[in-house]
Amino acid sequence: MNSVERLVHMANQIATNLATDAAPVAAVADHIQQFWDPRMKKMIFAHGTAGLSPVAAAAISLLADAQNGA
Amino acid sequence: MTYQPQNDFGTPESRSDETVSLTIDGRNVTVPAGTSVMRAAAEKGTSIPKLCATDSVKSFGSCRLCLVEIDGRRGTPASCTTPVEPGMVVRTQTPHLAKLRKGVMELYISDHPLDCLTCAANGDCELQDQAGAVGLRDVRYDVQATHLGQEKDHSNPYFDFDPSKCIACSRCIRACDEVQGTLALTMEGRGWGSKISAGLASDNFLESECVSCGACVQACPTATLVEKKVVEVGTPERSVVTTCAYCGVGCTFRAEMRGEQLVRMVPYKDGKANRGHSCVKGRFAWGYAQHQERILKPMIRKSISDPWREVEWDEAFAYTASELKRISAKYGRNALGGITSSRCTNEETFLVQKLIRAGFGNNNVDTCARVCHSPTGYGLKTTFGTSAGTQDFDSVEDTDVILIIGANPTDGHPVFASRMKRRLRGQDGRPGAKLIVIDPRRTDIVRSPHIEAQHHLPLRPGTNVAVLTAMAHVIVTEGLADEAFIRERCDWDEYSHWAEFVSQARNSPENLQPVTLVDAEELRAAARLYATGGNGAIYYGLGVTEHSQGSSTVMAIANLAMATGNIGRRGVGVNPLRGQNNVQGACDMGSFPHELAGYRHISDGNARKLFEDDWGVTLDPEPGLRIPNMLDAAVDGVFKALYCQGEDILQSDPNTAHVSAGLAAMECVIVHDLFLNETANYAHIFLPGSTFLEKNGTFTNAERRIQPVRKVMTPMNGLEDWEVTQRLAQAMGLDWNYTHPSEIMDEIARLTPTFAGVSFARLDEVGSLQWPVTADAPDGSPIMHVDGFVRGKGKFVVTDYVPTDEKTGPRFPLLLTTGRILSQYNVGAQTRRTENVAWHPEDLLEIHPVDAEDRGVKSGDWVKLASRAGETTLRATVTDRVAPGVVYTTFHHAVTQANVVTTDFSDWATNCPEYKVTAVQISASNGPTEWQEEYEALSTRSRRVETGIAAE
Ligand code: SF4
Ligand code: SF4
Ligand code: SF4
Ligand code: FES
Repeated sequence: MNSVERLVHMANQIATNLATDAAPVAAVADHIQQFWDPRMKKMIFAHGTAGLSPVAAAAISLLADAQNGA
Repeated sequence: MTYQPQNDFGTPESRSDETVSLTIDGRNVTVPAGTSVMRAAAEKGTSIPKLCATDSVKSFGSCRLCLVEIDGRRGTPASCTTPVEPGMVVRTQTPHLAKLRKGVMELYISDHPLDCLTCAANGDCELQDQAGAVGLRDVRYDVQATHLGQEKDHSNPYFDFDPSKCIACSRCIRACDEVQGTLALTMEGRGWGSKISAGLASDNFLESECVSCGACVQACPTATLVEKKVVEVGTPERSVVTTCAYCGVGCTFRAEMRGEQLVRMVPYKDGKANRGHSCVKGRFAWGYAQHQERILKPMIRKSISDPWREVEWDEAFAYTASELKRISAKYGRNALGGITSSRCTNEETFLVQKLIRAGFGNNNVDTCARVCHSPTGYGLKTTFGTSAGTQDFDSVEDTDVILIIGANPTDGHPVFASRMKRRLRGQDGRPGAKLIVIDPRRTDIVRSPHIEAQHHLPLRPGTNVAVLTAMAHVIVTEGLADEAFIRERCDWDEYSHWAEFVSQARNSPENLQPVTLVDAEELRAAARLYATGGNGAIYYGLGVTEHSQGSSTVMAIANLAMATGNIGRRGVGVNPLRGQNNVQGACDMGSFPHELAGYRHISDGNARKLFEDDWGVTLDPEPGLRIPNMLDAAVDGVFKALYCQGEDILQSDPNTAHVSAGLAAMECVIVHDLFLNETANYAHIFLPGSTFLEKNGTFTNAERRIQPVRKVMTPMNGLEDWEVTQRLAQAMGLDWNYTHPSEIMDEIARLTPTFAGVSFARLDEVGSLQWPVTADAPDGSPIMHVDGFVRGKGKFVVTDYVPTDEKTGPRFPLLLTTGRILSQYNVGAQTRRTENVAWHPEDLLEIHPVDAEDRGVKSGDWVKLASRAGETTLRATVTDRVAPGVVYTTFHHAVTQANVVTTDFSDWATNCPEYKVTAVQISASNGPTEWQEEYEALSTRSRRVETGIAAE
C-alpha cells in the first residue's frame, strides 16, 4: 500500500466502524478532523472519492467543503 | 543514613476495624482485633525473639523462640500464633523465658555452621541477631549434622541456596505459597530433620517451577537463600526508596547500596502497588544498567553507512541543533518530529513533547503507547471520560468475579498476578473469587496451583468484539442488566439503542459461535457469572488493544461494566494492564499528536492558550503525525528528522520492512538511548541516555499512581535524560532553565488540572499519589467515577463486529498472535543484557500438535514463519496451550524479528497496530532467511565506531 491507498483504507475502516453511529457521516468527518494531520487531510481531498465507501466519501466531501469554506 | 532492614512486625497486619486493648510489659497497647501478640509488641517497639515468623506470611509457630507469659494462661504460648484479647497481660522478658529461649537457640546453633565471620549474611542474619538477643554464649549439645555439609545449589543466576545453613523454619515455603502463589518449594522429612527443596529433591532451582521472584530470599532469616550479589560485594550500607523501571505494575523498591554500587533491589513493604512483593525483573534484572555495551559518549555520523564518531556533549548538541534547523529551513517545520519514551520519567516525557510543540513548532509527537494502549485512551475517554483505568490494585481484594481478557498477568504483570491469585484462592475462610479468562491461549492463570478458571473462552484471534457483544446479548436478553445503575449514571437513550443492538438474534452466542469458535453455552455461563456473581472486575491487556478493532473492544468492555453496574466502587471496574513502566504517564504528559497534557485536544483554544501563555509561543491547532503516519510521510519524502527517546521502533513496531524504509528515507535520525538499539542502525546522531538509577523524576503506573524515581548513582553518561533534552532545546535557542525535575513537575501541575496538587514535596511526604489530585481530592483518587462519570453520563457505544482485513487463506492458513514472557521485557534491550537469558535464550514458536504434525514439525525444529509482509525463522515448540489453527511467539529477540512478519493493519480509531492477528504459514526451514542475513550484516556494519572496535 502506498500512502494514499493507506489513507483510503483507513477512511473506509473508520466508516465501517462508525456505521452504527446515529449520524455516521458527521462522526467519520469529526474523527478524521480530530486525528489526521493537515497533510493527510490534504492528500485525501486531492485524491477525491475513488475507492471510498459512500459514508467515507460523504464525510471527506463534508470536510473538504468546510475547509474550502473556511 | 546507615543500613537498616525494613521493620519486621512478625505477622501480617490485621484489617479489622475493631480494636483490642491489652498490656504488654506493663505498657498499654491498642491494636486491631486479630493482631498477634508478637505484632502488637513490635508496634510498640518491643521485639520478641523470633525465627519462623515474618510479617509477609502467616505465622506457623514452629521455632518456639517467641514464647511469652500471659496472666491466667498456663505454659508459655508462642506470641506469633496467639491473637490479642481484651485485657490480656503479657510479659515478654522473664528469667524463665530467657532460659527457654536460650535452650531453643542452642539446639539451632548446634546444627548450624559456625562460620559467621565469613558468611555472606554476616551482620544481616536473623539467626545471628537472635543468638545475640537471647544472650547465647555457649552450646552444650554436640554438633548435629542434620543439615551440615550439604551441597550448595548455584543454579539460579541471582541467588544461591546453601542447605547447610537452613534452620527449617519454612518461611521460604510460605512466602512462595502465600506471597508469590507459585508453590515451587517443598519440605521433606519432619520436624528438626526437615529439608527444603525446589520441586523434587532432584531438581535445582533453575529447573524447578521457581519463577525467581525472590520472595523466599527475602523471607529467609539466614544465609541459606542469599543474593549472589551480596556474596560478591557484601552487605549494603544505605538504602533509597525508588520505583521499578520495567512494567506498569510500578513496584516500589529499596535500592540497597554500598557506596555508589547497587547491592540489591528489595521490594518495599510500604509500596502501595506491590505491598512488599517483586518479580524477577525488578528484583534482579538490573545488571543492564552497568552493561559493557552501554554507550556513554555521544556519537555522530553523516551517513548511516559511515562508522560512528565519538564527540563531546557540546559538539553533539551544536551539531544536532544545526541539523534540525537546516532541515526545518529546507523542508518546512512539519518535516520534524519526535517520539517520547514510556520508559522515561513523566518530567522527561513532558520536556520532549514540549521541545517538539514549542521548539520544532508542530505537533508531530507520538509515543510507544501508539503500539500498545492508544485504544484504551480512545475507548475509555469516549465511554467514561478519562483515558485510564478506574481502580487501584488493592481493589482486587474486594472482587468476586475476575474477568481477564487478552492479558497474561503471570507473565506480563507478575506482581499484580500474585495479588490476583491470592484473591482467587481465598483467604482466612473467605472463599476465593471466581475467574473467567478470554484468551486464545491457555495462559498460566487458567490453571495453576489451587486455581482453576470457572470459564476459559479460547476465542479465535481477532474476534474479541464478537465475544463481548455475545456476552452483552446474554446479559440484556436474560434481564441481567443493572437498570437502576444505568438510569442513574448513564444516558438512557444511548443504552436503549445499544441494548436493542446487542439483543438482535445475529449477536447471540449461538449465532456467533462459528465466528468466535467459543462454545455458546460456556459463553452464556460466563456472562451470567460476570453479571450476577457480585463485584465484577475486568482486567485487560494488549490482547484487547492490538487489533483492528482495539478501540471497539475497549468500548465493548466499558459497555459490559456499565450494563452490570460494575463501576464506581471498590472491587469492580475496568482495568487496563499497562505494558511499560510509564506508559500511563507518557500518555498523561501529552505525548499524543492530538492532545496536550491531561488529554485536552489540541484544537481546544482555551487549553492551548494556557500553554501558549506559559511557554511564550504559538501552538499549531492541528493534530500532528502518529508514528505510522510519520513513517508514511518519510517514505513520501516529506518527513526528514526524528528525535527518538528511549524507544526502539525498528524492533517494536510492525512491518519492519516499512519501518526501515521510513527511517532510511530520513536525513536526521536522533536516537537517545542506553544502547545502540536496532533503530540506531538507521541513526545519524546517538545521544547516550541514563538509567532509572541515575535520575530523579516520577513514573505513573497502571493504577494512575504517580511514584518517585530517585537517583542513587551518578549518570555514567554524565547527564540525566531531562538534561539532555534541555541542552538540545537550549542549543536550538529555547530559553529553558530547569535546575531540577521537581520544577518540571511544578510546570506540569500548573498546566494540567488533574495534576494540580502534585509536587515532589507532596510525593516525598505521602509516598505516591493517584491522579486526579485536585482541590476536591487532595490525596488523589484511588477509585474513579464514584459519584458519576467524569464525562457526566456514561456513554454506551454500539460496537459492531467487523472482521479484520487480515484473512487466512490457502497460502497463509494459520493465525499468528504475539505476546511476552515473564523473564524478558519488551524488545529485550535491557533483559537480554542480564542473566535473565537463562530462562528465555530465544523466541520460540508455539504450535498445536495437529498443525505441527501436518507440517512434519517437532519441538526444537527450525521453522520458517511467513506472512504477506515477510518471513523469518525461529524454533518451534509443540504444545496444546494454543488452539489448532493458532501459533504464538514472543518478540524479545532482535534476531528473530517477529515484526518482519506482522502487517501494517491497525486499529481503526488510533492506528494501534494489529500485532495479535497475522495470517501465516509455517514450514520446515534450512537456516536464516535472506532478510535475517542481510539485516545481520547491516547491523554489524552500522555499529562500527571509528576506533575500529564494534560497539556490539
Ligand atoms: S524465588 Fe519466588 S518462585 Fe522461586 S522459590 Fe522463591 S518464592 Fe518461590
Ligand atoms: S531456606 Fe531459609 S527460609 Fe527456608 S526453611 Fe531454610 S532457613 Fe527457613
Ligand atoms: S512486576 Fe513489574 S514493576 Fe514489579 S518488579 Fe516486576 S517488572 Fe518491576
Ligand atoms: S516465631 Fe513464633 S514460633 Fe517461631
